[in-house]
Amino acid sequence: MRKMRFLSLILLAVVVTTGIYADPTSALSAEKDGVIVEDVWARARPDGAIVGGAFLTIRNDGKKAERLIDVRSPAARRVEIHESFMKDGVMSMAPTDAITIAPGEKIVLKPGGYHVMLMGLKENLSEGRRFPLTLVFDRAGEIEVSVHVKDAGAMAYK
Amino acid sequence: MNKVFTLLIALFLTASAVVIGLWATGLVQFGAGGKSGSSIVIAGAPQIGGAFELVNHKGEAVTNADFNGKLMLVFFGYTFCPDVCPTEMQTLSVVMEELGDDAGDAVPVFVTVDPSRDTVPVMAGFVEAFHPSFVGLTGSEAQIADIKKRYKVFSQRDENGDPEYYLVDHTSYTYLMDRKGDLITVFAYGTPPEDMVAKIREQL
Repeated sequence: MRKMRFLSLILLAVVVTTGIYADPTSALSAEKDGVIVEDVWARARPDGAIVGGAFLTIRNDGKKAERLIDVRSPAARRVEIHESFMKDGVMSMAPTDAITIAPGEKIVLKPGGYHVMLMGLKENLSEGRRFPLTLVFDRAGEIEVSVHVKDAGAMAYK
Repeated sequence: MNKVFTLLIALFLTASAVVIGLWATGLVQFGAGGKSGSSIVIAGAPQIGGAFELVNHKGEAVTNADFNGKLMLVFFGYTFCPDVCPTEMQTLSVVMEELGDDAGDAVPVFVTVDPSRDTVPVMAGFVEAFHPSFVGLTGSEAQIADIKKRYKVFSQRDENGDPEYYLVDHTSYTYLMDRKGDLITVFAYGTPPEDMVAKIREQL
């Protein structure tokens, strides 16, 4: 009996450290040709807001560099990749053409850096909602994921 | 002669280290209102803060006098900003939570730099998603221009090829004002909530 408990502890340790347990939130990730898109989230916006931002993680498990070249969503009229940057205490935001992910690397789109800018929201981004987002890569092509709307001040997916 | 020279160099290096050290704390103080012992006053720096007449997110006309008696945490931004402004709003919300029983002594204030889009209802929807103590302030273009001038805030509209979804570049400091509305210190964007809480507690 003791042995059993010990074994199950070992098993649990293996599962946890290798990350192969079923995370209920991982249903919101997608993989194609070695490109993995996961932890896709957006901040809730007030009713009637016309602009929102989405954040996500892209992993490139392939052998060649991959580029995110376009983003699309039925949730907004105009969707772009934007980058926030600080210069001399002034915070600016500007569209960026593409994000390159080197082989074996991952890029996290997060507050204060890159984000998917949703302009002309067609629906309210209220907490708990989900909406589709399509990422277009130059090699892997289109990957569609579901964006999980978190609270207005969320700082990360988890 | 050589000894004097060496001594002078040593003095200079020490002074430089002290200045750099103070600068590295990120809590450089402007203005002449420094009262707490750890504050740094830059002589000749322009005064920050002062009188304003604006409209809060409930549609009520307010002035700086309405905030007298409380510490003010003032942040400038715009509600259409999906990234940096909600982040700073979240930081200030955490500050208010961490203040616990002392939260009543401080009021977080969000001032828009984009009054044409940030109307009263838009401001209400935005600030109410964060800590309940938040006050959102908007006003006429002239009123906003006036408070920006008093707080030395820079902002610039970036058309982004679109008149509706334009972006606004803006300074991203958070100002801690004392109970009379005088500047205590300026927090740079990214200052952790606990550092702000520590600075606020010095004033309680």
